[in-house]
Amino acid sequence: MAKQNKPQQAPNTGHEWDGIRELTNPPPRWWMISLHASWIFCVGYIILYPSIPLLHESTKGLLGWTQIKEFKEAVVENNAIKAPYLKKVAAMDGQALLADAGMRNFAESSAKAIFGDNCAGCHGAGGEGSPGLFPNLADDDWLYGGDFDTIVESIADGREGSMPAHKGMIDDADIEQLADFVLASSQGKATPKGLALFNKSGCADCHGEDAKGGVFNDLGTGAADLTDGIWRFGGSREDILRTINSGVNEDPEDIPNTRSAIMPAFGEKLSPEAIKMLAVKVYGFGGGK
Amino acid sequence: MAENKHHEIESLYNDSQHWHVNAGDETIHAKRMAGRFRNYKWYASTLYLLLFILPYFRWEGSQAILFDIPHRQFHFWALTIWPQDIWMLALVLILLAITLFAVTAIAGRIWCGYFCFQTIWVDWFTWIEDKIEGNPIQRRKLDSAPWAGKKIRLKLLKHSLWILISILTGVTFVAYFTDVYGLWYSYLTMDAPLTAWVVLGTLFLFTYVFAGFMREQVCFWLCPYARIQSVMVDKDTEMPTYDILRGEPRGKLRGKDSNERGDCIDCRLCVGVCPTGVDIREGMSEGCITCGMCIDACDSIMDKVDRPRGLIRYASRKEMDGKPLPPLFKRPRVVTYAIILLLSMLGIIYGLTHIPPVELSVVHERQPLFIQMRDGNIKNKYTIKAVNKTPTDLHMRISIETVQGISIATDKDKTAVLKSGKIIPFNVFLIARPEALKEKQTPVRFILESIESPTIRIEYESVFIRGR
Repeated sequence: MAKQNKPQQAPNTGHEWDGIRELTNPPPRWWMISLHASWIFCVGYIILYPSIPLLHESTKGLLGWTQIKEFKEAVVENNAIKAPYLKKVAAMDGQALLADAGMRNFAESSAKAIFGDNCAGCHGAGGEGSPGLFPNLADDDWLYGGDFDTIVESIADGREGSMPAHKGMIDDADIEQLADFVLASSQGKATPKGLALFNKSGCADCHGEDAKGGVFNDLGTGAADLTDGIWRFGGSREDILRTINSGVNEDPEDIPNTRSAIMPAFGEKLSPEAIKMLAVKVYGFGGGK
Repeated sequence: MAENKHHEIESLYNDSQHWHVNAGDETIHAKRMAGRFRNYKWYASTLYLLLFILPYFRWEGSQAILFDIPHRQFHFWALTIWPQDIWMLALVLILLAITLFAVTAIAGRIWCGYFCFQTIWVDWFTWIEDKIEGNPIQRRKLDSAPWAGKKIRLKLLKHSLWILISILTGVTFVAYFTDVYGLWYSYLTMDAPLTAWVVLGTLFLFTYVFAGFMREQVCFWLCPYARIQSVMVDKDTEMPTYDILRGEPRGKLRGKDSNERGDCIDCRLCVGVCPTGVDIREGMSEGCITCGMCIDACDSIMDKVDRPRGLIRYASRKEMDGKPLPPLFKRPRVVTYAIILLLSMLGIIYGLTHIPPVELSVVHERQPLFIQMRDGNIKNKYTIKAVNKTPTDLHMRISIETVQGISIATDKDKTAVLKSGKIIPFNVFLIARPEALKEKQTPVRFILESIESPTIRIEYESVFIRGR
């Protein structure tokens, strides 16, 4: 009947330790079948796919499969799925896009990666910026305007802040007083005397006669509202003094302490749809108007 | 000492000499006999027929049982399980595992013998084999016969039927994951998606190979249960046992010294009917699936030779030793299992009766934690993820419960539409006067109420963060 494992008679390797003998009973047949199936699979795999590492690359395999090729195919597939939505994005204006919950969700989700690649380096993953260096996108203070179309414009064309260094242009004592004035005005404690000096010194040309900033002038300098509690370049007295003395975007060779405020233009790098979706995301940080 | 040890090893070798373990070199051709346990096996088999029928049931226009993976939903008639309810799955798995342990402790491998799909499918396959190729003797003869007309014809017929069952098994499996009628249509028009073909192919292959060819080898070498059963059974466990006191010494019914022999007439019918090819008279082994076929066989012989039934019977080791079996509630192992079983059952019942219509989570924005506004106010951003588990869209009113001075920033944020079955996350902003915030963190309770049906009301605790 059955073929039995007979230890006594079974072929013996001749190895013996303390009476325990190593036998050569065959393993279960399905084990052997699996073993052979496995190596046959391996050989097939080696022939078909890149597998043997050489000095600079590896064998190519008959199928010519590569990871990057598969990735590119997946990207094409993904783009095909996204295409109709992107068409919709292109066709809709800002208000419509913000009002449509589904499209807004699509735009924000798509913009997450774009924002991470292009914007988060300076503005932070949540648009929180970096105090004194890069502006916060989540608050309601906009140097160039916080409506949808202006946000699109800022991303596409970039922005470059500009403020002359006033050291030497204005008396040091006046600069000290001006610093005190803007600090007080941000806390709602502006004095008429300070405002008079502010206007006399020429600050109002950009920041407005009421010091409420450049949104209301057409200079495009991004002159800040000095009456709110938000400071682009830091709100301590030293910070304010530095900004007045050294200005913004002066030549750092002449004025090493100058503030830098340059937003690159992304209009060339990103598609109009991508910029629109970014604007939805930036708007959604909470400060959009 | 060394001599003694050597002797022990030799005796082990001697013991194992008659120990028969089938490593797959021979095909077990078990005899099929009518009997009590044979019937039990058929009854259990019919349960699996349900498996083939269930996908065709409909409920409210869609499949009654559907594992809807693309939509992350599990439908069971009126019940819909969402990923958020998946904790119940853990309880279900505990329930199943403990049931298996408890049953094993009480009555051994009942699962293996009657309910395991491997056992059942092998049973169907060998039933077909038996009907087409004849009894074990005829089958062995056919196997060793040269390939010729009759053999080819019989084998072809058998394998066709096996393949048919395997395909049906595969299609039935896939049918639990997609609409069954559409699935049949797409299979028959060769238009099914690749995944459906791959799953069908895999299921087909495993059914055909496992039930047709590997059979008891799966139980011996693939299934972990056989290996761990010895830690689950004890001396009180009832399982098919050969009454060694009554049976030995075994030998021919008649002839010299027949009066001094035990009841076992060594007819080997118990081995002949065993689907895994073990000899129950050698005691419990990892090959025994406790299906009771040997009991049926032995009883029929005992009837013929006019001796009492039960030479092989369901009995525990203690009973065989003549000790009474303790009641179930006095067996700590069983009691422990029963308690765990009860707890997980209660948990599942609680879960099923308390599936909330809307699942809410409110995530406080971490980057930035708070936003300083121009007028000095502090703004906090929250992402609301709400799953509407009801079949209709819900219009929700959003409100908060917190200290004076914190409010929802815009009226637009005070309502939201939750699309049925979807999660579209949206943001809500809270705004606060700085003087209202005594602590760095102020607790906020979000409340979402359905405008149409006020019974749907869910709350979520979060915080408002002020910053330094």
